[in-house]
Amino acid sequence: MIVVGGSLGGALALQRLLEPLPATFPQPIAVVLHRHRDSDAGLAELIQRNVALKVQDAVDKQAIEPGTVTLAPADYHLLIDGDCFALSVDDPVRFARPAIDVLFESAASSVRLMTAVVLTGGGSDGAIGATKIESAGGQVFVQEPGEAMNPEMPLSAIAATEAAEVLSIDAIAARLLTLM
Amino acid sequence: MKPHTEPGMTRSQSAMHAEDAPQIRAVLERVYEKTGMDFREYAFASIRRRVHACMVDAGLSTASELLQLIDADTEALERLLKALTLPVTAMFRDPPFYRDFRTLIVPLLRTHPYLRLWVAGCSTGQEVYSLAIVLHEEGLYERSRIYATDVQARSLERAREAIFAVGLMQDYTRNYQAAGGTSAFSDYYTADSHAAILRPFLKQNIVFGMHNLVTDGSFNEFQVIFCRNVMIYFNANLQQRVHTLFYESLAMFGYLGLGRGESIRFSPFEGRYESASARQRIYRKVA
Repeated sequence: MIVVGGSLGGALALQRLLEPLPATFPQPIAVVLHRHRDSDAGLAELIQRNVALKVQDAVDKQAIEPGTVTLAPADYHLLIDGDCFALSVDDPVRFARPAIDVLFESAASSVRLMTAVVLTGGGSDGAIGATKIESAGGQVFVQEPGEAMNPEMPLSAIAATEAAEVLSIDAIAARLLTLM
Repeated sequence: MKPHTEPGMTRSQSAMHAEDAPQIRAVLERVYEKTGMDFREYAFASIRRRVHACMVDAGLSTASELLQLIDADTEALERLLKALTLPVTAMFRDPPFYRDFRTLIVPLLRTHPYLRLWVAGCSTGQEVYSLAIVLHEEGLYERSRIYATDVQARSLERAREAIFAVGLMQDYTRNYQAAGGTSAFSDYYTADSHAAILRPFLKQNIVFGMHNLVTDGSFNEFQVIFCRNVMIYFNANLQQRVHTLFYESLAMFGYLGLGRGESIRFSPFEGRYESASARQRIYRKVA
Protein backbone atom coordinates (compact mmCIF):
# COMPACT_ATOMS: atom_id res chain seq x y z
CA MET A 1 0.00 0.00 0.00
CA ILE A 2 1.10 3.56 -0.70
CA VAL A 3 0.36 6.58 1.48
CA VAL A 4 0.87 10.10 0.18
CA GLY A 5 0.82 13.52 1.85
CA GLY A 6 0.95 17.03 0.46
CA SER A 7 -0.12 20.57 1.16
CA LEU A 8 0.44 23.75 -0.84
CA GLY A 9 0.72 22.73 -4.50
CA GLY A 10 -0.06 19.15 -3.51
CA ALA A 11 -2.99 18.64 -5.87
CA LEU A 12 -0.88 19.33 -8.95
CA ALA A 13 2.03 17.31 -7.59
CA LEU A 14 -0.31 14.40 -6.83
CA GLN A 15 -1.73 14.48 -10.32
CA ARG A 16 1.74 14.36 -11.79
CA LEU A 17 2.64 11.44 -9.52
CA LEU A 18 -0.46 9.48 -10.51
CA GLU A 19 -0.53 10.19 -14.24
CA PRO A 20 2.10 7.57 -15.18
CA LEU A 21 0.31 4.82 -13.20
CA PRO A 22 -1.90 2.54 -15.34
CA ALA A 23 -5.41 1.42 -14.39
CA THR A 24 -3.93 -1.99 -13.63
CA PHE A 25 -1.66 -0.62 -10.89
CA PRO A 26 -2.33 -3.08 -8.08
CA GLN A 27 -1.53 -1.06 -4.95
CA PRO A 28 -4.13 0.90 -3.02
CA ILE A 29 -3.10 4.55 -2.62
CA ALA A 30 -4.33 6.67 0.30
CA VAL A 31 -3.79 10.42 0.20
CA VAL A 32 -3.99 13.34 2.59
CA LEU A 33 -3.92 16.75 0.96
CA HIS A 34 -4.41 19.64 3.33
CA ARG A 35 -7.70 21.17 2.24
CA HIS A 36 -10.12 23.73 3.50
CA ARG A 37 -12.89 22.29 5.64
CA ASP A 38 -15.56 23.58 3.28
CA SER A 39 -13.90 22.25 0.13
CA ASP A 40 -16.35 19.89 -1.49
CA ALA A 41 -15.97 16.67 -3.41
CA GLY A 42 -14.61 18.63 -6.39
CA LEU A 43 -11.03 17.78 -5.44
CA ALA A 44 -11.40 14.09 -6.37
CA GLU A 45 -12.84 15.06 -9.75
CA LEU A 46 -10.04 17.55 -10.30
CA ILE A 47 -7.35 14.95 -9.57
CA GLN A 48 -9.18 12.36 -11.69
CA ARG A 49 -8.43 14.27 -14.90
CA ASN A 50 -5.64 12.48 -16.79
CA VAL A 51 -5.42 9.80 -14.09
CA ALA A 52 -6.31 6.22 -15.05
CA LEU A 53 -6.81 4.97 -11.49
CA LYS A 54 -10.15 5.57 -9.81
CA VAL A 55 -9.96 8.62 -7.53
CA GLN A 56 -12.48 8.90 -4.68
CA ASP A 57 -13.14 10.59 -1.36
CA ALA A 58 -12.90 8.13 1.53
CA VAL A 59 -16.04 6.90 3.24
CA ASP A 60 -15.84 5.46 6.74
CA LYS A 61 -15.41 1.63 6.81
CA GLN A 62 -14.83 1.47 3.07
CA ALA A 63 -12.74 -1.58 2.13
CA ILE A 64 -9.20 -0.78 0.97
CA GLU A 65 -9.08 -1.86 -2.66
CA PRO A 66 -6.23 -2.26 -5.12
CA GLY A 67 -5.93 0.25 -7.93
CA THR A 68 -7.85 3.02 -6.22
CA VAL A 69 -6.73 6.43 -5.01
CA THR A 70 -8.58 7.40 -1.84
CA LEU A 71 -8.48 10.98 -0.55
CA ALA A 72 -9.08 12.12 3.01
CA PRO A 73 -12.37 14.09 2.93
CA ALA A 74 -12.36 17.73 4.01
CA ASP A 75 -12.40 18.15 7.80
CA TYR A 76 -11.80 14.45 8.59
CA HIS A 77 -8.67 12.56 9.51
CA LEU A 78 -8.13 9.45 7.38
CA LEU A 79 -6.78 6.31 9.03
CA ILE A 80 -5.93 2.77 7.94
CA ASP A 81 -7.83 0.37 10.21
CA GLY A 82 -7.09 -3.23 9.22
CA ASP A 83 -8.67 -3.86 5.80
CA CYS A 84 -10.75 -0.68 5.91
CA PHE A 85 -10.44 3.06 5.93
CA ALA A 86 -11.61 4.81 9.06
CA LEU A 87 -12.39 8.50 9.53
CA SER A 88 -12.17 10.61 12.65
CA VAL A 89 -13.11 14.14 13.64
CA ASP A 90 -10.56 14.27 16.45
CA ASP A 91 -8.86 17.62 16.90
CA PRO A 92 -6.62 18.94 14.13
CA VAL A 93 -2.98 17.90 14.49
CA ARG A 94 -0.77 20.97 14.22
CA PHE A 95 -3.74 22.86 12.74
CA ALA A 96 -4.38 20.23 10.07
CA ARG A 97 -7.44 18.04 9.64
CA PRO A 98 -6.91 15.92 7.67
CA ALA A 99 -3.36 15.50 8.94
CA ILE A 100 -0.69 13.54 7.08
CA ASP A 101 0.86 12.28 10.33
CA VAL A 102 -2.44 10.67 11.34
CA LEU A 103 -2.62 8.72 8.07
CA PHE A 104 1.07 7.75 8.11
CA GLU A 105 1.03 6.68 11.77
CA SER A 106 -2.03 4.51 11.32
CA ALA A 107 -0.43 3.04 8.20
CA ALA A 108 2.76 2.26 10.12
CA SER A 109 0.68 0.36 12.69
CA SER A 110 -0.95 -1.70 9.97
CA VAL A 111 0.26 -5.13 8.96
CA ARG A 112 0.62 -4.11 5.33
CA LEU A 113 3.94 -3.19 3.78
CA MET A 114 3.93 0.56 3.34
CA THR A 115 5.47 3.04 0.98
CA ALA A 116 5.10 6.70 1.93
CA VAL A 117 5.48 9.73 -0.31
CA VAL A 118 5.89 13.28 1.02
CA LEU A 119 5.09 15.94 -1.55
CA THR A 120 5.29 19.74 -1.62
CA GLY A 121 3.80 21.75 1.23
CA GLY A 122 4.29 24.21 4.07
CA GLY A 123 4.91 23.15 7.65
CA SER A 124 6.18 19.83 8.91
CA ASP A 125 3.13 17.57 8.77
CA GLY A 126 4.14 14.10 7.59
CA ALA A 127 7.67 14.17 9.03
CA ILE A 128 6.85 12.29 12.23
CA GLY A 129 4.59 9.92 10.33
CA ALA A 130 7.38 9.23 7.83
CA THR A 131 9.71 8.18 10.66
CA LYS A 132 7.02 5.75 11.86
CA ILE A 133 6.72 4.26 8.38
CA GLU A 134 10.48 3.92 8.25
CA SER A 135 10.81 2.19 11.59
CA ALA A 136 7.98 -0.17 10.64
CA GLY A 137 10.13 -1.31 7.72
CA GLY A 138 8.50 0.81 5.04
CA GLN A 139 10.05 2.90 2.30
CA VAL A 140 9.82 6.71 2.30
CA PHE A 141 10.13 8.85 -0.82
CA VAL A 142 10.37 12.63 -0.52
CA GLN A 143 9.88 15.06 -3.36
CA GLU A 144 13.10 16.90 -4.25
CA PRO A 145 12.73 20.20 -2.31
CA GLY A 146 14.11 22.24 -5.21
CA GLU A 147 11.26 21.02 -7.37
CA ALA A 148 8.54 21.56 -4.76
CA MET A 149 6.25 24.59 -4.85
CA ASN A 150 6.87 24.82 -1.11
CA PRO A 151 9.96 22.90 0.12
CA GLU A 152 9.15 22.99 3.87
CA MET A 153 7.38 19.67 4.17
CA PRO A 154 9.93 17.77 2.08
CA LEU A 155 12.80 19.35 4.07
CA SER A 156 11.15 18.45 7.39
CA ALA A 157 10.65 14.87 6.27
CA ILE A 158 14.24 14.59 5.05
CA ALA A 159 15.53 15.94 8.37
CA ALA A 160 13.38 13.59 10.45
CA THR A 161 13.97 10.35 8.56
CA GLU A 162 17.13 8.28 8.25
CA ALA A 163 16.87 6.66 4.85
CA ALA A 164 14.25 8.56 2.87
CA GLU A 165 15.00 8.72 -0.84
CA VAL A 166 14.84 12.23 -2.23
CA LEU A 167 13.70 12.21 -5.85
CA SER A 168 11.78 14.19 -8.45
CA ILE A 169 8.09 13.37 -8.76
CA ASP A 170 8.73 11.66 -12.07
CA ALA A 171 11.43 9.49 -10.50
CA ILE A 172 9.14 8.62 -7.55
CA ALA A 173 6.42 7.60 -10.03
CA ALA A 174 8.94 5.40 -11.83
CA ARG A 175 9.83 3.75 -8.52
CA LEU A 176 6.16 3.19 -7.71
CA LEU A 177 5.77 1.44 -11.07
CA THR A 178 8.30 -1.14 -9.91
CA LEU A 179 5.78 -2.08 -7.18
CA MET A 180 3.48 -3.52 -9.84
CA MET B 1 7.30 -7.58 4.93
CA LYS B 2 10.36 -6.74 6.97
CA PRO B 3 10.34 -7.59 10.67
CA HIS B 4 9.29 -4.82 13.02
CA THR B 5 12.24 -5.15 15.36
CA GLU B 6 15.11 -3.80 13.37
CA PRO B 7 18.45 -2.82 14.81
CA GLY B 8 18.58 0.80 15.81
CA MET B 9 14.87 1.01 16.51
CA THR B 10 14.18 2.75 19.77
CA ARG B 11 11.74 1.60 22.38
CA SER B 12 9.45 4.59 22.02
CA GLN B 13 9.23 3.99 18.28
CA SER B 14 8.29 0.36 18.80
CA ALA B 15 5.53 1.45 21.17
CA MET B 16 3.68 2.96 18.25
CA HIS B 17 3.53 -0.26 16.27
CA ALA B 18 0.92 -2.84 15.53
CA GLU B 19 2.68 -4.95 18.12
CA ASP B 20 1.28 -2.92 20.98
CA ALA B 21 -2.26 -3.81 19.92
CA PRO B 22 -2.57 -6.55 22.61
CA GLN B 23 -1.46 -4.06 25.29
CA ILE B 24 -3.93 -1.47 24.10
CA ARG B 25 -6.69 -4.06 24.09
CA ALA B 26 -5.67 -4.92 27.67
CA VAL B 27 -6.03 -1.25 28.62
CA LEU B 28 -9.53 -1.12 27.07
CA GLU B 29 -10.44 -4.36 28.86
CA ARG B 30 -9.31 -2.86 32.17
CA VAL B 31 -11.25 0.36 31.53
CA TYR B 32 -14.35 -1.78 30.96
CA GLU B 33 -13.82 -3.79 34.16
CA LYS B 34 -13.26 -0.71 36.24
CA THR B 35 -15.80 1.73 34.79
CA GLY B 36 -18.31 -0.23 32.68
CA MET B 37 -17.43 2.03 29.74
CA ASP B 38 -16.96 -0.27 26.79
CA PHE B 39 -14.46 0.81 24.11
CA ARG B 40 -13.60 -2.74 23.08
CA GLU B 41 -15.60 -2.50 19.87
CA TYR B 42 -14.49 0.97 18.93
CA ALA B 43 -12.61 1.55 15.67
CA PHE B 44 -9.17 0.44 16.73
CA ALA B 45 -7.06 2.91 14.73
CA SER B 46 -8.83 5.91 16.30
CA ILE B 47 -8.93 4.53 19.82
CA ARG B 48 -5.23 3.67 19.56
CA ARG B 49 -4.45 7.32 18.73
CA ARG B 50 -6.37 8.48 21.76
CA VAL B 51 -4.65 5.97 24.04
CA HIS B 52 -1.27 7.03 22.65
CA ALA B 53 -2.10 10.70 23.23
CA CYS B 54 -2.89 9.83 26.84
CA MET B 55 0.41 7.93 27.16
CA VAL B 56 2.36 10.91 25.84
CA ASP B 57 0.57 13.26 28.26
CA ALA B 58 1.47 10.96 31.16
CA GLY B 59 5.10 10.74 30.01
CA LEU B 60 4.83 7.01 29.29
CA SER B 61 6.23 5.13 26.32
CA THR B 62 4.30 1.86 26.43
CA ALA B 63 0.67 0.83 26.83
CA SER B 64 1.76 -1.67 29.50
CA GLU B 65 2.98 1.22 31.65
CA LEU B 66 -0.37 2.93 31.13
CA LEU B 67 -2.10 -0.25 32.30
CA GLN B 68 -0.03 -0.22 35.50
CA LEU B 69 -0.74 3.46 36.01
CA ILE B 70 -4.54 3.18 35.75
CA ASP B 71 -4.44 0.21 38.11
CA ALA B 72 -2.68 2.32 40.72
CA ASP B 73 -4.14 5.76 40.16
CA THR B 74 -7.87 6.50 39.80
CA GLU B 75 -7.16 10.04 38.63
CA ALA B 76 -5.07 8.66 35.76
CA LEU B 77 -7.97 6.36 34.90
CA GLU B 78 -10.29 9.37 34.93
CA ARG B 79 -7.95 11.26 32.59
CA LEU B 80 -7.79 8.28 30.23
CA LEU B 81 -11.58 8.03 30.21
CA LYS B 82 -11.79 11.71 29.38
CA ALA B 83 -9.30 11.32 26.52
CA LEU B 84 -11.21 8.34 25.13
CA THR B 85 -14.52 10.19 25.06
CA LEU B 86 -13.30 13.61 23.99
CA PRO B 87 -16.35 15.44 22.62
CA VAL B 88 -15.93 16.88 19.13
CA THR B 89 -18.91 18.79 17.77
CA ALA B 90 -20.03 22.19 16.51
CA MET B 91 -23.27 24.02 15.80
CA PHE B 92 -24.41 23.59 12.19
CA ARG B 93 -21.36 21.44 11.49
CA ASP B 94 -21.36 20.84 7.71
CA PRO B 95 -23.79 23.62 6.82
CA PRO B 96 -24.94 21.93 3.57
CA PHE B 97 -26.34 19.08 5.68
CA TYR B 98 -28.66 21.47 7.49
CA ARG B 99 -29.46 23.27 4.26
CA ASP B 100 -30.57 20.02 2.63
CA PHE B 101 -32.46 18.97 5.75
CA ARG B 102 -34.33 22.26 5.65
CA THR B 103 -35.12 22.29 1.95
CA LEU B 104 -35.63 18.57 1.22
CA ILE B 105 -36.83 16.98 4.46
CA VAL B 106 -38.67 19.68 6.41
CA PRO B 107 -41.43 20.11 3.77
CA LEU B 108 -42.24 16.41 4.15
CA LEU B 109 -42.22 16.61 7.94
CA ARG B 110 -44.94 19.25 7.81
CA THR B 111 -47.53 16.55 7.10
CA HIS B 112 -47.04 15.11 10.60
CA PRO B 113 -49.19 16.48 13.43
CA TYR B 114 -46.49 15.60 15.95
CA LEU B 115 -42.77 14.96 15.45
CA ARG B 116 -40.36 12.85 17.43
CA LEU B 117 -36.68 13.33 16.61
CA TRP B 118 -33.66 11.62 18.13
CA VAL B 119 -30.14 13.02 18.21
CA ALA B 120 -28.10 9.95 19.17
CA GLY B 121 -24.67 10.60 20.65
CA CYS B 122 -25.49 14.27 21.13
CA SER B 123 -22.26 15.04 23.00
CA THR B 124 -22.39 18.59 24.38
CA GLY B 125 -25.57 19.46 22.50
CA GLN B 126 -24.51 21.58 19.53
CA GLU B 127 -26.31 19.41 16.94
CA VAL B 128 -29.43 19.28 19.11
CA TYR B 129 -29.73 23.04 19.31
CA SER B 130 -28.94 23.40 15.61
CA LEU B 131 -31.85 21.09 14.86
CA ALA B 132 -34.09 22.98 17.32
CA ILE B 133 -33.26 26.26 15.57
CA VAL B 134 -34.10 24.87 12.12
CA LEU B 135 -37.42 23.48 13.40
CA HIS B 136 -38.18 26.78 15.12
CA GLU B 137 -37.51 28.82 11.98
CA GLU B 138 -39.65 26.44 9.93
CA GLY B 139 -42.54 26.69 12.40
CA LEU B 140 -42.32 23.05 13.43
CA TYR B 141 -40.69 23.27 16.83
CA GLU B 142 -43.97 23.68 18.74
CA ARG B 143 -45.09 20.24 17.65
CA SER B 144 -41.70 18.57 17.99
CA ARG B 145 -39.98 16.67 20.71
CA ILE B 146 -36.25 16.13 20.37
CA TYR B 147 -34.72 13.27 22.35
CA ALA B 148 -31.06 14.02 22.89
CA THR B 149 -29.02 11.15 24.26
CA ASP B 150 -25.42 10.44 25.08
CA VAL B 151 -23.47 7.88 27.06
CA GLN B 152 -21.54 10.55 28.95
CA ALA B 153 -23.22 12.19 31.94
CA ARG B 154 -20.72 15.06 31.81
CA SER B 155 -21.47 15.82 28.15
CA LEU B 156 -25.22 15.68 28.78
CA GLU B 157 -24.85 18.08 31.68
CA ARG B 158 -23.07 20.55 29.43
CA ALA B 159 -25.69 20.02 26.73
CA ARG B 160 -28.43 20.84 29.23
CA GLU B 161 -26.63 24.00 30.34
CA ALA B 162 -26.33 25.24 26.75
CA ILE B 163 -23.40 27.49 27.63
CA PHE B 164 -20.64 27.74 25.08
CA ALA B 165 -17.38 29.67 24.91
CA VAL B 166 -18.09 33.02 23.31
CA GLY B 167 -15.10 32.54 21.01
CA LEU B 168 -17.01 29.77 19.24
CA MET B 169 -19.88 32.05 18.25
CA GLN B 170 -18.12 33.55 15.24
CA ASP B 171 -17.63 30.07 13.78
CA TYR B 172 -21.17 28.99 14.65
CA THR B 173 -22.58 32.17 13.12
CA ARG B 174 -20.77 31.52 9.85
CA ASN B 175 -22.06 27.93 9.85
CA TYR B 176 -25.59 29.07 10.67
CA GLN B 177 -25.63 31.51 7.78
CA ALA B 178 -24.17 28.97 5.35
CA ALA B 179 -26.82 26.49 6.54
CA GLY B 180 -29.58 28.80 5.35
CA GLY B 181 -30.52 30.38 8.68
CA THR B 182 -33.33 32.91 8.22
CA SER B 183 -32.65 35.09 11.23
CA ALA B 184 -29.62 36.58 12.98
CA PHE B 185 -27.74 33.90 14.91
CA SER B 186 -27.27 36.36 17.76
CA ASP B 187 -31.05 36.20 18.30
CA TYR B 188 -30.48 32.76 19.82
CA TYR B 189 -28.03 33.59 22.59
CA THR B 190 -27.03 36.15 25.13
CA ALA B 191 -23.33 36.60 25.72
CA ASP B 192 -20.94 38.24 28.12
CA SER B 193 -17.19 38.53 27.58
CA HIS B 194 -16.47 34.81 27.84
CA ALA B 195 -19.69 32.78 27.64
CA ALA B 196 -22.71 32.58 25.38
CA ILE B 197 -25.94 31.13 26.79
CA LEU B 198 -28.54 29.86 24.37
CA ARG B 199 -32.07 31.25 24.80
CA PRO B 200 -34.14 29.00 27.11
CA PHE B 201 -37.05 28.58 24.68
CA LEU B 202 -34.77 26.40 22.54
CA LYS B 203 -34.70 23.84 25.33
CA GLN B 204 -38.38 23.57 26.01
CA ASN B 205 -39.05 20.62 23.70
CA ILE B 206 -35.79 18.78 24.24
CA VAL B 207 -35.60 15.71 26.47
CA PHE B 208 -32.03 14.90 27.53
CA GLY B 209 -31.25 11.38 28.65
CA MET B 210 -28.53 8.81 29.12
CA HIS B 211 -28.44 6.20 26.41
CA ASN B 212 -25.64 3.83 25.51
CA LEU B 213 -25.60 2.87 21.82
CA VAL B 214 -23.35 -0.08 22.68
CA THR B 215 -25.75 -1.73 25.11
CA ASP B 216 -29.16 -0.01 25.22
CA GLY B 217 -32.17 -0.74 23.03
CA SER B 218 -34.82 1.22 21.20
CA PHE B 219 -36.99 3.46 23.39
CA ASN B 220 -39.44 5.11 20.99
CA GLU B 221 -40.38 5.52 17.35
CA PHE B 222 -39.02 8.53 15.50
CA GLN B 223 -39.59 10.41 12.27
CA VAL B 224 -35.98 11.61 12.27
CA ILE B 225 -32.75 10.24 13.74
CA PHE B 226 -29.46 12.17 13.58
CA CYS B 227 -26.30 10.31 14.43
CA ARG B 228 -23.47 12.23 12.85
CA ASN B 229 -19.79 11.37 13.18
CA VAL B 230 -20.49 9.10 16.13
CA MET B 231 -20.39 5.70 14.45
CA ILE B 232 -17.06 6.48 12.75
CA TYR B 233 -15.58 5.68 16.17
CA PHE B 234 -17.18 2.22 16.19
CA ASN B 235 -15.90 -0.90 14.48
CA ALA B 236 -17.96 -2.60 11.75
CA ASN B 237 -19.55 -5.02 14.20
CA LEU B 238 -20.76 -2.34 16.57
CA GLN B 239 -21.87 -0.16 13.66
CA GLN B 240 -24.10 -2.99 12.52
CA ARG B 241 -25.66 -3.21 15.97
CA VAL B 242 -26.35 0.51 16.01
CA HIS B 243 -27.78 0.45 12.48
CA THR B 244 -30.16 -2.29 13.63
CA LEU B 245 -31.20 -0.12 16.55
CA PHE B 246 -31.84 2.88 14.28
CA TYR B 247 -33.73 0.82 11.74
CA GLU B 248 -35.98 -0.52 14.49
CA SER B 249 -36.45 2.95 15.97
CA LEU B 250 -37.39 4.74 12.74
CA ALA B 251 -40.97 5.03 11.56
CA MET B 252 -41.56 3.90 7.99
CA PHE B 253 -40.47 6.77 5.69
CA GLY B 254 -38.51 8.25 8.58
CA TYR B 255 -35.11 9.89 7.98
CA LEU B 256 -31.63 8.94 9.14
CA GLY B 257 -28.98 11.70 9.01
CA LEU B 258 -25.32 10.62 9.09
CA GLY B 259 -22.03 12.53 8.85
CA ARG B 260 -20.65 13.56 5.46
CA GLY B 261 -17.95 10.87 5.64
CA GLU B 262 -20.38 8.08 6.55
CA SER B 263 -22.58 5.90 4.38
CA ILE B 264 -25.30 3.30 4.76
CA ARG B 265 -23.55 1.54 1.89
CA PHE B 266 -21.35 -0.63 4.09
CA SER B 267 -24.17 -1.69 6.42
CA PRO B 268 -26.58 -4.61 5.98
CA PHE B 269 -29.44 -2.10 5.86
CA GLU B 270 -28.41 -0.55 2.56
CA GLY B 271 -31.45 -2.01 0.79
CA ARG B 272 -33.88 -0.70 3.42
CA TYR B 273 -33.19 2.94 2.76
CA GLU B 274 -33.19 5.26 -0.21
CA SER B 275 -31.11 8.40 -0.52
CA ALA B 276 -32.94 11.61 0.35
CA SER B 277 -29.75 13.66 -0.07
CA ALA B 278 -26.91 11.53 -1.42
CA ARG B 279 -24.16 14.03 -0.82
CA GLN B 280 -25.33 15.00 2.66
CA ARG B 281 -26.00 11.41 3.71
CA ILE B 282 -29.67 11.74 4.57
CA TYR B 283 -31.49 8.43 4.11
CA ARG B 284 -35.16 7.54 4.07
CA LYS B 285 -36.42 4.22 5.43
CA VAL B 286 -38.49 2.61 2.66
CA ALA B 287 -38.64 -1.10 3.47
